[in-house]
Amino acid sequence: MTSLRGLLRKEFFHIRRDKRTAAVLIALPIVQVMLFGYAIRTDVDNVRLAVVDPAPDSATIALRDRFAAARVFRIVTVVPRIQDVDSLFGSGAAQQAIVFYPGFADDLGKGVPAKLLVITDATEPNTGSLLQSYAQSVINQWASGISEPGRVSGAGQATGVSGGGVVRPAITIVPQVRMRFNPTRESKNLFVPGLMAFVLTIISSLMTAISLTREKETGTMEALLVSPLRPWEIIVGKVTPYLAIGFISVIAVLVEALLLFRVPLRGSVLLLLFEGALYILVSLSLGILISARTSSQRVAMMFALLGTMLPNILLSGFIFPLESMPAALQVISYVVPGRWFVTIARGIMLKGIGLTYVWRETLVLGAMATVLLVASMRSFNERLE
Amino acid sequence: MSDLAIHVTDLTRTFGAFTAVDHITFDVKPGEVFGFLGANGAGKTTAIRMLIGLLQPSSGSARVAGYDVARDTEQVKRSIGYMSQRFSLYEDLTPRENIRLYGGIYGLTRDQIRQRTAEMLERLGFSSVADTAVRSLPLGWRQKLAFSVALVHRPQIVFLDEPTSGVDPITRRQFWELIYDAASRGTTVLVTTHYMDEAEYCDRVSIMVAGRIAAMGTPTALKGEFAVESIDELFVRLARPDAGGAGKAGRVQ
Repeated sequence: MTSLRGLLRKEFFHIRRDKRTAAVLIALPIVQVMLFGYAIRTDVDNVRLAVVDPAPDSATIALRDRFAAARVFRIVTVVPRIQDVDSLFGSGAAQQAIVFYPGFADDLGKGVPAKLLVITDATEPNTGSLLQSYAQSVINQWASGISEPGRVSGAGQATGVSGGGVVRPAITIVPQVRMRFNPTRESKNLFVPGLMAFVLTIISSLMTAISLTREKETGTMEALLVSPLRPWEIIVGKVTPYLAIGFISVIAVLVEALLLFRVPLRGSVLLLLFEGALYILVSLSLGILISARTSSQRVAMMFALLGTMLPNILLSGFIFPLESMPAALQVISYVVPGRWFVTIARGIMLKGIGLTYVWRETLVLGAMATVLLVASMRSFNERLE
Repeated sequence: MSDLAIHVTDLTRTFGAFTAVDHITFDVKPGEVFGFLGANGAGKTTAIRMLIGLLQPSSGSARVAGYDVARDTEQVKRSIGYMSQRFSLYEDLTPRENIRLYGGIYGLTRDQIRQRTAEMLERLGFSSVADTAVRSLPLGWRQKLAFSVALVHRPQIVFLDEPTSGVDPITRRQFWELIYDAASRGTTVLVTTHYMDEAEYCDRVSIMVAGRIAAMGTPTALKGEFAVESIDELFVRLARPDAGGAGKAGRVQ
């Protein structure tokens, strides 16, 4: 075992001496959390709202105040004519417009359907539909506030959503919507599990593949193979440091997300770390497999990027929701380890669920780890022939 | 048989339809410096890889330090040292760390490692650069260090695969002094080289052509047998059999 210890120490020397890589390994998780926490957000905030109010009355002003008070919206301008809206959208000064018709308060008072038009810039479809529902919920809340019991039936009429980003909001029907687990619908609560998968993929798959192929390139791998070290000892010696770094990174990402962004962690930390370890094993095996099949660092890097990073970013549900993908891609996502890990981690962190709910996903990850480990060891041994 | 360092009988390795090593037979005595010559693609590297346990033979047998290379790979690996032309040092580690790493890998105790490190640095005159990254040492120094590191566990036999390629003549000469030094202490040396003048330094040489051993013997005997001025001339003659009579090298086809 002394020989294995020497090998481990040497690998840590490599990491420490390669200042740039070491810096990347340490900074990557921290910077990524910052980036996703502050910059890359799918929440909509600070929406530039234009109001078209040809004949202001008590009701339009009250509703306008509601929008002004909502954290999400910022009223950029109030114009009298609907024609002005085009140029506002064109220049990007407005993302959304609320268009009142004359006699809004009167209609409400009389119990006639009060008309209101919500126009949304839908160049970005996801943001567009998000804005629609935000605006609708503001209107609904306001409407439910003014319609006391007994007056509800006469308050207005539902016309629902029509195409082209135009909405005639319902005032009669006030749907009660509760968002569970992430009531504020903040994307920062969602990104942390995906980010852990991403960071682990880089450290485990990419770094393992590169560090193993580097030894092939420089010829030192041959020296190790000629030595009495057994192949598994070489692999363990090469891979353990990255396992440790990966584990530390997971903890760093978690701590940073908890402290800085107050992301909830409702379930068991231990279970989360266990699942993290399982995911690291899967990623490491992929890295070993890649290195066994390639002989240069460059090729290994390409394989690791295309074969592990991209799928884990695109097909794990980390950024793009799997539910809205074509069926074929959803099927492919079943073989992406990140998909399972992200599901598990989100469940544990946001829903606070335990193994009783994620045992299936855990089993899949476990099976992947086993199959890939065996395949990578076999592949590594084969290359000795 | 056990008093031979290397004993090879009809060793063969095929890759699909291609026969890289074709029934080679030779012995190397303990303490001998044996030159293993051949053009690129003649099968030298494949033969060496079988002898050091990296490649399974297709047929035939080879015993290294008394152990069968196909069955007792573990013991073979403990008994040999190996240095390839892409020498096996870690360039971001210092000489001291490299020695300690390989000492550890070969199961030396901490005291042994400390003692041999001091001894080795002293002999090479490397004490001043013991803690400098290997990367910043001149090529010749690195090669000498790699050779010493390959001997850190005092193997009975050391395999050197083109150890001197790309090195200036003075460093080559110094390198050969190290080889002789090791041989004088009883280490058997099997060395491949492209430099035919180096072949003259060997106790015995074999010349491989197309997977077979075309000629084998002491440099002097071979020159006499084939009536050539130098091993260089012999090598060219054997590598291109159509250019001249094959003489008594009956095994060449």
